[in-house]
Amino acid sequence: MPKRLAYSLPDEVLEHVFSFIQSDKDRNVVSAVCKSWYEIERWCRRKIFVGNCYAVSPKMVIRRFPQVESIELKGKPHFADFNLVPDGWGGYVLPWITEMAGAYPWLEEIRLKRMVVMDESLELIAKSFKDFKVLVLASCEGFSTDGLAAIAASCKNLRELDLRESEVDDSSVHWLSHFPETYTSMVSLNISCLGSDEVSFSALERLVSRCPNLRSLKLNRAVPLDKTANILRLAPQLVEFGTCTYSAELRSDVFSNLAGAFSNCKELRSLCGFWDVVPDYFPAIYSVCSRLTSLNLSYATIQSPDLIKLVSHCPSLQRLLVLDYIEDSGLEALASNCKDLQELRVFPSDPFDAEPNASLTEQGLVAVSLGCPKLQAVLYFCRRMSNAALVTIAQNSPNLTRFRLCIIEPNTADYLTGEPFDVGFGAIVVHCKDLIRLSLSGLLTDCVFEYIGKYAKKLEMLSVAFAGDSDLGLHHVLSGCESLRKLEIRDCPFGDKALLTNAAKLETMRSLWMSSCSVSFGACKLLSQKMPRLNVEVIDERGPPDSRPENCTVDKLYMYRSVAGPRFDMPPFVWTKDEDLALRLSP
Amino acid sequence: MAFEKDLNLDATELRLGLPGTSDESAKNQTLATLRSNNKRALPEESMSSNATASKNCDQETAPLPKAQVVGWPPIRSYRKNNLQPKKSEGEISGIYVKVSMDGAPYLRKIDLKVFKGYPELLKALEDMFKFKAGEYSEREGYNGSEFVPTYEDKDGDWMLVGDVPWEMFTNSCKKLRIMKGSEARGLGCVD
Repeated sequence: MPKRLAYSLPDEVLEHVFSFIQSDKDRNVVSAVCKSWYEIERWCRRKIFVGNCYAVSPKMVIRRFPQVESIELKGKPHFADFNLVPDGWGGYVLPWITEMAGAYPWLEEIRLKRMVVMDESLELIAKSFKDFKVLVLASCEGFSTDGLAAIAASCKNLRELDLRESEVDDSSVHWLSHFPETYTSMVSLNISCLGSDEVSFSALERLVSRCPNLRSLKLNRAVPLDKTANILRLAPQLVEFGTCTYSAELRSDVFSNLAGAFSNCKELRSLCGFWDVVPDYFPAIYSVCSRLTSLNLSYATIQSPDLIKLVSHCPSLQRLLVLDYIEDSGLEALASNCKDLQELRVFPSDPFDAEPNASLTEQGLVAVSLGCPKLQAVLYFCRRMSNAALVTIAQNSPNLTRFRLCIIEPNTADYLTGEPFDVGFGAIVVHCKDLIRLSLSGLLTDCVFEYIGKYAKKLEMLSVAFAGDSDLGLHHVLSGCESLRKLEIRDCPFGDKALLTNAAKLETMRSLWMSSCSVSFGACKLLSQKMPRLNVEVIDERGPPDSRPENCTVDKLYMYRSVAGPRFDMPPFVWTKDEDLALRLSP
Repeated sequence: MAFEKDLNLDATELRLGLPGTSDESAKNQTLATLRSNNKRALPEESMSSNATASKNCDQETAPLPKAQVVGWPPIRSYRKNNLQPKKSEGEISGIYVKVSMDGAPYLRKIDLKVFKGYPELLKALEDMFKFKAGEYSEREGYNGSEFVPTYEDKDGDWMLVGDVPWEMFTNSCKKLRIMKGSEARGLGCVD
C-alpha cells in the first residue's frame, strides 16, 4: 500500500485490523513491516506461544508484549517422554508464573507441556489472575492435589482444567470439594491421569450436575462402571467423554442403565478411556457410534473380532487410536467402513516381547492407506515392513502430513528383500509433499537421508534412531531440509563434522537432540563458541566431560537457540562451555 | 539403633560387590547403578539398565530374552504405566521416591531398592545434591551440618532419616526432603 496511506490510518483502526490476524507467523510478519506497526502490534498481541521455555526469558516476553491473555510454554525435549532425560533436568515454570503474576493480572490461559509445575506455582496462579479461565498441564509433573485445591477454590471463572498425562502426587486433599457450590463454569475437565484416592466421586457428581456448559469430561480410571451412567445422565450435553474402567463382568442392570444413559447423549462425538474394558459392554455405546468422529481404544485390551464389530458401527470415524490387537483383519474392516478416516495410531500391546502377540503387519497399514483417501496422520508400531508396502502407502496417501513408523526391533530389514528401507521412506518423502513430521525406523543407510534432504522441503520435525552410516547422513538433513525445526537423533553414527559444517543451520531450528551418537565435547565447546545464540548443553551423568579426553563422545547433547543466554537452573549433570562461570545454582 | 549397627558391623554388612572387594569399589558400584538408574526407569527397563551397568547387582532379575534398550521402543511412560502386560513375570519393581532439597530448584528421584542401608543412601544423597549431612546420633539427630535428611512416611509424618530400621524405612517412605536449618531441629528425637 502507498506509504502515505499506511501512516494515515489511525492506530485504533490498525489494531482492529490486526485483531483478525491470529496466527503467530502472520503477526510476526505484521510487526516487521515498520516501526509503528511493530508498536501497535505488540500492544495488541494477546496470545503467546513459546516452544522452548529456555529460548527466551519471561522478562523479555513481558517487555515486548505487555498485555497478554494467553500463554503456551513447552519445557523438556520430546525424548523426555521415553525416559532419556534425567530427572531434575529443568523445565520449571515457577520463574514464568512469578513474572507474569506481576505483569499480566488479566492473564486467562496457561498451557504447559513437559514442564515441572510445583504446588507453589499453582497457588500463585490461583492468587494472581482474577479472571483465570484455562489451565492445561500436559505431561507435567511436580504438583499434588494441594495445588489443584488452590485452583479449584480461587478460580471462579475457570472453564478448562486439563491434566492430560501428567504425574500428580496425592496429598490426600479432596481437591474437587474445593470448588465452591457457586462455581458453575466448567466446560472441559480432564482428570484421566488421577488415581483412585485423588477423586471423590460424590464431589465429582455434584460438580458435573451444576455445570450446564460442560462439553468435555474425561474421568479417571478408578470411577466404577455403574457410576458412569449417573454421570452421563447428569451431562447429556457432552461432546467428548472419557470413560473409566469397565472391568466388571457383565450385569444386565448396569448394562441397560449405561445403554440408556449413552442414548441420551445426542452430542457425543468423541470417546476415550476404556481401560480394562469387557467387550460385552460395547453394545451399550452403539447408539452413539454412528456419530462418533474420534475413538481412543488404545488402553482397551480386547481382541480383533470385538474391535471389528465396534468399528463397523462407526462410519463417521475420523480418528482412531487402538492397540495392535486390531490386527490386519481389523484394519481391513476399518478401511472399508471408515472412509473419513484422517488419523490412525496403532500401539503395541506387548512392546518388549520378541515375539509378536497379535497378527499385525505392514498389510494392515497398506489396507488403510488404500481404503481411506483422507488419511493424513499415521503412528504405527509393527514388527515387520517392506519397501514395497511403503511405496504403496506413499502413492496412495499423498496427503500424509505426519508419518511415524516404528518397526520395533532396531535395524530390521525389509522382510521380503533383506534391503534397508531407504527406498521405502524415500517414496514417502517424494510423494507426500506436505509432510511436516516424520519418524524413521528399521535398517537405514545414509541414502535415506539424501532423499530426505532433497525432497522433504516442508519437513519440520524428524526423529531418527539406529540409522545411518556416517556424518554424511546428518549433513544431508541439515543442509537440505529447509523447514526443519526439531531434530531428534539417538544411537546413530553422526558426529562432529556434520554439526560444525552446518553450524549456521542450527540457529534456524528450535532444537537438536542427539544421544548415544559420536559427538565429542570438544566439538560442543567449539560450536558453542562459534554460535553465541545457541545453548549447547551436554547431559552426562558420568561426571565432567572435561575429565575425559576431548575426543571422547558425549552421552547426550541438547542444543537450542536462545536469546536469553545460558540458563541459570542447570543441574549438576548438565555441562556447558561456561563451566567455570558460577552460573549454576549451588545448594 | 539400626543405623549405627550398620556403620559398625562391616563384616556382616550386605554389599553389592562380590566377597573380597573393597568398601570403596562397593560404593562406586552403588553410584554407578544409581547413575544409570537416574532415568525414570520402569520395572521392565530398570531390569535392563541394571543388567548393563552393574553385573554385580544383587537384585534378582529374571533372565531376559534379549537386552532391552532404554527408551526403546518409544512409548510414553504414561502409556506403559497404564498398560501393564497381564502376565507379570514377578519382576521386582523399584521403590521410587522423589527427593527435594530446600533451596534447590530441582527434584530428583531415586530407587530405594538400590541401597542396602542408610550409609549408602546418605552418600548418594550427598553426591546428588552436593552437601554433607553431618553425624547421626539417635538422641540428637544430625550434628555438624545445617542439612538434615528427612522423609515423609505413610501416615504423612515427617521423620528423620535413620530413626527406624532400614526395612521399615523403605516400606514406609513416601518422599525424601533434605531440610535446611532450624526447621529440621524440631524433628530430632526427644527422650
